[in-house]
Amino acid sequence: MITLENVHKSFGSNHVLRGVDLHVPKGTSMVIIGGSGTGKSITIKAVLGLVTPEQGKITVDGIDITRTDRDAFLARFGMLFQGAALFDSLPVWQNVAFRLLRGSLKRPHDAARAIAIEKLRRVGLTEDVADRLPAELSGGMQKRVGLARAIAADPQIIFFDEPTTGLDPIMAGVINDLIREIVTEMGATAVTITHDMSSVRAIADNVAMLHEGVIKWTGPVADMDAAGDPYVDQFIHGRATGPIAAVR
Amino acid sequence: MRLLAAIGATTLGLLGAVGRVTLFALQTLSHLVRPPFYFRELSIALLHIGWLSLPVVGLTAVFTGGALALQIYAGGARFNAEAVVPQIVAIGMVRELGPVLVGLMIAARVTSSIAAEIATMKVTEQIDALVTLSTHPMKYLTVPRVLAATLVVPLLVAMGDVIGIAGGWAVATGTLGFNPTAYLKNTVNFLEVRDVVSSLAKGGVFGFIAALMGCYFGMNSGRGAQGVGRATKGSVEAAAILILAANFVLTGVFFSL
Repeated sequence: MITLENVHKSFGSNHVLRGVDLHVPKGTSMVIIGGSGTGKSITIKAVLGLVTPEQGKITVDGIDITRTDRDAFLARFGMLFQGAALFDSLPVWQNVAFRLLRGSLKRPHDAARAIAIEKLRRVGLTEDVADRLPAELSGGMQKRVGLARAIAADPQIIFFDEPTTGLDPIMAGVINDLIREIVTEMGATAVTITHDMSSVRAIADNVAMLHEGVIKWTGPVADMDAAGDPYVDQFIHGRATGPIAAVR
Repeated sequence: MRLLAAIGATTLGLLGAVGRVTLFALQTLSHLVRPPFYFRELSIALLHIGWLSLPVVGLTAVFTGGALALQIYAGGARFNAEAVVPQIVAIGMVRELGPVLVGLMIAARVTSSIAAEIATMKVTEQIDALVTLSTHPMKYLTVPRVLAATLVVPLLVAMGDVIGIAGGWAVATGTLGFNPTAYLKNTVNFLEVRDVVSSLAKGGVFGFIAALMGCYFGMNSGRGAQGVGRATKGSVEAAAILILAANFVLTGVFFSL
């Protein structure tokens, strides 16, 4: 269970988060929607400790993230970055097995490679990509490798940052289905950031609408269309007019 | 009043930058002695900074040594002191030109490469990815590079010194009529232990500065291609200036006291 209470974060005069309150129940898939620059990525980076909020409290399973052993805390997480964020200098399998080749989860070299190849298969990639460099892969394949890396150590919590951005609709559908399947079969808690409404409907159990640094609406995905919230309504229908300014 | 405000703002900015770089250096040193240690990354950095820099260091040194011999011969001829070519080439290469030129070549080749690589990693969220994979970016990226440069640049300086002297020897014996054996004997007899020690010590300091600046500017890069470009340019400028300033200080420490 992930809980954010009144979380604030600014960069200079830019107040990105202005009191985010969010509750993600254990084993569920939460999708955070919102326009560009509304603080979606900063929200999950705050949970991971990549940015430090000026105010507010973030807990995971009731434990304040600032008062926990950092390595043990991060070992519970997997993250798929928007651009996959694969390490250019390492072959694909070493990217996937990165966490398994060093630190507290270190495994023997051959065992780590075997797990990496198994995870690559899980995301629909064959063994022959294992020894390639990330630069040799297409955008969709890189996303899948990033997904394989995110699940390599069987994390309890997985974050997906814009998992379908830059992909064609078919590949986006493949990634959406993979995320849904993996989250269901692993029983993991998932938080996904997206403004792709097909991803929202494919991945989410619950949806939260973030606008101007606060959560405007949250509820089950089934209630989203009838939410009656003008922000949600404008966003999911992609209207230029409404409470969300088109020019930001 | 505006002038004073501008001077004050510049001074504060400079002091802030000095403070941030000092803090970064201290953090690097503290991570240097605390596990985990990434030996694979260290060996890759040793290869890239040391072995792969040899051609550029060798070429720089050989041409500089040769040119130095010609200059000293021509200058010395003005007061019948052509015979001092071996001694001045040796002392010039070992005390000053060897370490400084190798340091500047490392700043150009290695500092820029480190800054561009790390800045690109930052822009593409690879640094954030490292953190989420329970890996401290400073331990994984900064420490191996800084340690490798500190260890290997003195060796490059030693190679540069030898190759530079060899360049002077080749020019002096090939075109200026010096006796090959006498030239080498004069060189060896003239050099002192502290000349060599100062050269190697400068190499270590310059290597530390070069890698540290690359890592610092890379880690603090701005966004996008422009951010990477600025980080790369800033790292080379800072490394070159700090190397020259450190050279002045170290020369004072070794030879004025």
